[in-house]
This record gives sequence, structure tokens and C-alpha cells, in this order.
Amino acid sequence: MNSKKLTVAVLLGVVVAAFLLGINFYQKRVQNSQMEKVSKAENRMVRFNSATLGPIGAPVTIVEFFDPACETCRDFYPIVKDLMKKYPNDVRLVLRYAPFHAGSDKVVKLLEASKRQGKYWQTLEAILAAQPSWASHGSPNLDVAYQVAAQTGLDVKKALADAQTPEIEAVLKQDVEDLTALEVTKTPTFFVNGRGLPSFGPDQLASLVADEVAKNKK
Amino acid sequence: MKRSWNLLILAWLIATAATASALFIGEVMGMTPCVLCWYQRIFMFPLVIVLGIACYSDDRRGAIYGLPMALGGVVVAGYHSLLIAGLVSKTWIPCGSGVSCTEQKLEILNGLQIPWLSLTAFFIVTSLLFVYLKRTSK
Repeated sequence: MNSKKLTVAVLLGVVVAAFLLGINFYQKRVQNSQMEKVSKAENRMVRFNSATLGPIGAPVTIVEFFDPACETCRDFYPIVKDLMKKYPNDVRLVLRYAPFHAGSDKVVKLLEASKRQGKYWQTLEAILAAQPSWASHGSPNLDVAYQVAAQTGLDVKKALADAQTPEIEAVLKQDVEDLTALEVTKTPTFFVNGRGLPSFGPDQLASLVADEVAKNKK
Repeated sequence: MKRSWNLLILAWLIATAATASALFIGEVMGMTPCVLCWYQRIFMFPLVIVLGIACYSDDRRGAIYGLPMALGGVVVAGYHSLLIAGLVSKTWIPCGSGVSCTEQKLEILNGLQIPWLSLTAFFIVTSLLFVYLKRTSK
């Protein structure tokens, strides 16, 4: 290898290394900025009317900002369910909405309305399961989502009427306000007792939950 | 000859830094490139490969292949910079829906405009290649 070839190779290595370091640095910066926002706005994590699963007094709270039309949220649903099963007494889940996709706001309102009929979780699961059939990102087919919801026994007509009420409008508005304040830009975004994931992934979520559970066992 | 080669590798380094920055802004910081940015990317990204191989194998022809791309980049980046400076009527903007081409501020660098950086990079690469070709012509 002559000196020119060596120079090219070394410089290329330097650029790649600088790029990777830059990614690391930038992500830490973003995370710190978010953590700062979160610590200033802890009241924004859970609202009294947020959908909750698991023991109310659980020491560990997973807050998930999700979008019913988001594929990754759909994939994470069983993962989160498994975590709850693993720690039945220690973990509760709070679902918040981040309706980033077109049409998601309507589905969110339907979900909120389904609460009034006591069918929230059934409706949510049915809608997530059928997501590929209604949630095309360019043109969501909400009628399909409503049909799926009806199959759970939900009175969709009533739910859609309820969805128009100012109370449900307010829930959605509150969630959007909170996610903006907490700098949630992607779905799903998880906070475990107010701590964000160090990097995105199911393993990171599991270890953060395990960490918090262990902390509260002491 | 080694001194002329330095010009070539400098041009490659600038193209590589610009490409890495564009990828960083787009992929890591999540800023979606607008249409004009895409055209500049189309001219900048291949420069890394063409000039890289030219440096590696010390091949003068690489600079010849790179020059049209660098010049194309100067044109697009120049247009984009004029657009941002408000010197070109905005009705010319080729972006319809999607990302605005007139708001491309890079916040971490005190609001420095990305197209200016792009124009500078393309301009320097063009000059370096030009001088290199002149010096090495027989």
C-alpha cells in the first residue's frame, strides 16, 4: 500500500468515526433536553382520565405515547403486555395518544368513546389487530376501523356520537399538548417512571422496567 | 505530482464532509430534505465515490468525471441560496407539498443556512478540481 492509498483509507476511517461519534453526541443531547423537559413537567405524564392497565398503586408506571395507526406501536403492544405479565404487581401501563398519522385523531376519539361503553381494551386490541386493513398512511380507511370496532360489540353509532362531545375533544387536545411539552416526536415513546429509553428498542424497554422494579423492591 | 494530488484529496475530503453532514442532518437529526436539497445530494454523494477512487488509484480522469457533478452542484446550490436570500421569486419554487425549500436553517450552527454551506462546498470542490486538472494537463 503506498502512502496515497493509506491516506485515503485513514481519512475515510476518520470521517466514519467522526460520524458515529456525532450520532452518539447528538442523541445524548436530545435525550438530556427531553429529560429536562420531563422533569419540569411531570404532571404531564399521567392525566386522571388516561387509560390505565394494571394495579393502580404499582410502583412502576410505563407511560406509552402511541398512535393507533403506527405499525411499531402495534408490534410493541404484545411486548408491553408481556412485561406486565412478568411483573403483575409492580407495573402499570398508562396509554397516551400521539395521533401523528392522518385519521388517527378520529380513531383516538372512537377509542375514548368506547370507554363509556366499558369496551376500551377490546376495541383497542381489535383495532390494532386489524391495523393493516385500515391504516394505510396515505389514505386511512376509517370505515374498516369502525367495522372492526363494531365486531367487539361496541355500539359504534353511539360511540361516534360520543366522540363528537367536547369532553373527548378535550382529552385529545390535552394529550397533544402534553406530548408537545414532553418533546415526543415519534411513536411509540415510552417513559418508565419518567425515564425515557436510552435508545429505542424492546430490550431497552425491558431492562429499564427491570431496573425500576428492582429499585422499588429495595 | 504529490502536491497536485493533495488538491484532489482535499476536494474529496470536502465532498465527504458535506455528504456526512447531509446524512447527519437528514438521518440523525431527522430534518427531511427538500426537493432542491435532493438535487444537491444527487451531485454531492457520487463525488465521494468518484473522487475517492481517483485519489486511491491516483487517477487524473476521476477529476474529469467529478467536475461536471461539482458544477451541477454549484448551479443548484446557487439557485437555492438565491431563493433563500429572497433574490428569486418564490413562485419558481419547484417544491409543491412537503418540505419548504426556503426554510433550511441549521439551528446548531447559529442558524447558518445549509444551502450556503452546500454552495461553498461545491464551489471549493470545483475550484480544486479545476486547478488540479490544469496542473496535471500535459
